[in-house]
Amino acid sequence: MKQFQYVRPLTQQNVLDAINKPGTKIIAGGTNLVDLMKRGVTAPDKLVDINHLPLKGITATKTGLHIGALALNSVVSENNLVIEKQPLLSMALKAGASPQLRNMATVGGNMLQRTRCTYFYDLTMPCNKRNPGSGCGAMEGYNRMHAIFGASPQCIAVHPSDMCVGLAALDAVVIIAGRKGERRIPFTEFHRLPGDHPEMDNHLAKDELIVGIEIPDNNFAKNSYYLKVRDRQSYAFALVSVAAALDIDNGTIRKAHLAMGGVAHKPWRLFDAEKALVGKPVSVDSFNQAAQIAITGAKAYEYNAFKLKLAPATITEALKHASGLV
Amino acid sequence: MKEVASNQEGIKRVDGHLKVTGAIRYSAEYHFSGLVYGALVSSTIAKGTMTAIDSKAAERAPGVLAVISHINAPEVPGYKDGKGQPGSPFLNNQILYNGQPVVLVIANTLERAKYAASLIKITYKEEPHQTNLDNNLQNAVKMGEGYLRGEADAYQSAPVKIEVEYRTPIHVHNAMEPFAVTSVWDGDKVTVYTKSQYIKGMQQDIMRLFNLPEQNVQVYSKVIGGAFGSGSPLWPYAKAALIGAKMIGKPLKVVIDREQMFTMVGYRSPAVQKIGMGASADGKLIGITHDATGETATYQRFTEGITDTTCFLYDCPNINTGYKLAKLDLSVPTYTRGPGETTGVYALESAMDELAHALHMDPLAFRLKNYAETNLQQNLPYSSKYLRECYEQGAAQFGWDKRKPEPRSIEKDGWLVGYGLSTGAYWAGRAPSTAKAKLSTDGTLLIQTATSDMGPGTATMMTKIASEIINIPVENIRVELGSSALPHAAGEYGSMTTSSVGSSVYDACTELKTKFNQLAGSNADNPDYVKILQDHKLPYLEITKQSNPDGHGGKYSSYAFNVNFVEVHVHQATGMIKIARVVAAVDGGKILNPITARSQIIGGVVWGIGMALMEEGVIDHRYGRYVNSSLGDYHIATNADVPQIEVIFIDKKDPVTNPMGSKGIGEVGIVGVAAAVANAVFNATGVRVRDLPITPDKLI
Repeated sequence: MKQFQYVRPLTQQNVLDAINKPGTKIIAGGTNLVDLMKRGVTAPDKLVDINHLPLKGITATKTGLHIGALALNSVVSENNLVIEKQPLLSMALKAGASPQLRNMATVGGNMLQRTRCTYFYDLTMPCNKRNPGSGCGAMEGYNRMHAIFGASPQCIAVHPSDMCVGLAALDAVVIIAGRKGERRIPFTEFHRLPGDHPEMDNHLAKDELIVGIEIPDNNFAKNSYYLKVRDRQSYAFALVSVAAALDIDNGTIRKAHLAMGGVAHKPWRLFDAEKALVGKPVSVDSFNQAAQIAITGAKAYEYNAFKLKLAPATITEALKHASGLV
Repeated sequence: MKEVASNQEGIKRVDGHLKVTGAIRYSAEYHFSGLVYGALVSSTIAKGTMTAIDSKAAERAPGVLAVISHINAPEVPGYKDGKGQPGSPFLNNQILYNGQPVVLVIANTLERAKYAASLIKITYKEEPHQTNLDNNLQNAVKMGEGYLRGEADAYQSAPVKIEVEYRTPIHVHNAMEPFAVTSVWDGDKVTVYTKSQYIKGMQQDIMRLFNLPEQNVQVYSKVIGGAFGSGSPLWPYAKAALIGAKMIGKPLKVVIDREQMFTMVGYRSPAVQKIGMGASADGKLIGITHDATGETATYQRFTEGITDTTCFLYDCPNINTGYKLAKLDLSVPTYTRGPGETTGVYALESAMDELAHALHMDPLAFRLKNYAETNLQQNLPYSSKYLRECYEQGAAQFGWDKRKPEPRSIEKDGWLVGYGLSTGAYWAGRAPSTAKAKLSTDGTLLIQTATSDMGPGTATMMTKIASEIINIPVENIRVELGSSALPHAAGEYGSMTTSSVGSSVYDACTELKTKFNQLAGSNADNPDYVKILQDHKLPYLEITKQSNPDGHGGKYSSYAFNVNFVEVHVHQATGMIKIARVVAAVDGGKILNPITARSQIIGGVVWGIGMALMEEGVIDHRYGRYVNSSLGDYHIATNADVPQIEVIFIDKKDPVTNPMGSKGIGEVGIVGVAAAVANAVFNATGVRVRDLPITPDKLI
């Protein structure tokens, strides 16, 4: 890889100053960034290490659960507060990567990981995300892992995270620090669709830093489930994954949150299917109806047509688990 | 033979502690003063010529010592007079496949070499390429006349018959240890540290490449982190490293990266196989037709015996087979665990299951009904065959009688449960091999032989064999292997090492003991070696012995056999597949060291699970280039995918194969496993997937 500088600024303010220069990249766990650098997909001049910043805490607040951006995926997934208040997040995290990777990966880094589209990683292939204007290798290539929702003629890549699917379902809020102070945006609005600028994965500005996330308190703890369908039992990205969170009162669904992974450029929240579930009895019929609504508008490519069938099946199955039918 | 310092499980790996503590040194871990590093640039087109190589930026990059290509490479003696094999590095400007090594960049650190390699710009003149086997089946060329017994295509007139087609994809060996060459030239002498399954063979290859006498080429392959068949040839990457080291005149280390492991060191050819199979209504086989098409490179031919097992596995009067190869613009395939058999038996044993189902017959009963007592292809008795015992003991252990013949009969919490089985076989071969045994006054025994240990525990096996003859504790035995300076040993492939190298150790130790007894005028099973040496004022006694297959070969057919029983669970809604249990029953002759033998079978079954459910090298044929050349994208089985694997050894001596009575088991463990899984998936779901791997999308 290209030679680069490595700095470790003392404070958050120093970090914000350091990243405001072109050619800089933040490094936390490095589980994706180092691969990208080795393959030459990204070649920063300077790495800004933030691992020492005090952003690892997991704390209950008056309105929810605060998780620092540098909390490790493995730590969050085993944290008692998380397991008690937001078990869906723990399940989603444990479905991701491998134990070794989860021991290194951070919450903020997980959000910022790049797609695993093979054409993005191979410098000899066209890819609008890596090299805008070069074309999309996947569109007419091997697109088995690719999007069925929200794609553009420029890019059909998917976001690879499991954690983010869980956080999207849980209405998490992203806390972002900039040089002018903090801002908060809903998790579902953090990542973007490819549109005409697939090179941009999210709405984080170059000079901003994710400092944490907050998950508002909810009544989902008893009835949530993360189901990931994949080609092998560990260390494989989702063919389709579903985060399902239900608030059930006496057999009737009061509130439902659903998000899917492996289907879009961002964690894909299923608002219409959620609405359809509210007020419905807990039953396979209700779940099947919601699953059919969820799949409306999906578009498949040569190798991923199976997702049109797998996605609704996985939604129903996840809801069955969340509601206790299985 | 008497058990010495071991229990019924045998002895543990003699190098196990060194391996798990990281103390052992692999080929890329030798360091020398002034060592420099090489990085290989590989082609990014599948076919054509290089018209220009812009290496200016690379040459100017920090630490770069040389950029070597066909333009400036030194004359290679082995390339003279048209002897340079097409695809050899620096031979010419031809591109024969995507991922071909074409430029070697040498720098004073690995990082600098890799960075400079990324700056090389090659201009190509592209030509249309063919990399898709399916699109080239019509152009495939017949390899030989095939096999015929009785009447061809006799299955067609059978009362019950099937005609089916199976597809298997590319499998990449994906050994944990990347291939590496560390080489040190001293004038016209070279010392090479690398991964080699046949050290003396690789020494010969290097001698030919540089036109050197044997004493000028020393090859070390002390430890191997997996090879599975990929470690025998002197691959182009290794030739490039040796040429580069000679040119630069410094010790050079070249390690290929994971992506290059997909194109530079071989792979298992994909195959399309057609099987026609017919039987009488009561389940007696009438005919089998098995036609296979594989692929090879345009520049080099690789063949394997995909249809071989079909010719003898069952008692069937009419069998015909055929084998074709399509020449594609890909690197050349090579031996891959159970080469040929693994591919062919997947199809044969899937077809057996399909025909049993068509016959409404239990798949095990169907196989027993067509049990072959002798080898009908070779018209020879088996030197030993305990396949029937494998069926019986395996079925009892597994609980085969609980299988329901109708698919989708067993369901638990949304998961369909299915049982499947397969038969397998692999030739129990043996080759000439030499070993030296030396017993010294300190009471230690040294065994020397130029074999490798690519993972099975060769040194452990040789220690075990020697200890049982010499009758001294294993702690007092040291086995030295992995060097071309040692007595010639057979290559470590084809399940032959214990049989070949082990026989030479057995014979050398037996003669050594006789020599001691002769000196002492005794006939002891356990002579006092040290006292005899002291009495005769000798520092040591040694014997070097070459052992050859003993000539019974022509009168018997020798094979190892196995039966795999598999239980799978398939999720009805999502198609997710879990292997719940495997019972592998194996006739490997006398099992010499159960603990390492079991590991061999477990390793084979694990790869078989990977083959059944996930392994697939995927090429984007627009570019003729892999799109999953990483361990993240090319899936091999993880611990989570592998259930409890129970291994049953029949453990009966073969009277012919070798003095120990063993039959090789390195290859047979994987043979048939994928069929057993596929058959279990059918029993669970009623879905017959005929193109591996069986991924969830194929079951919903």
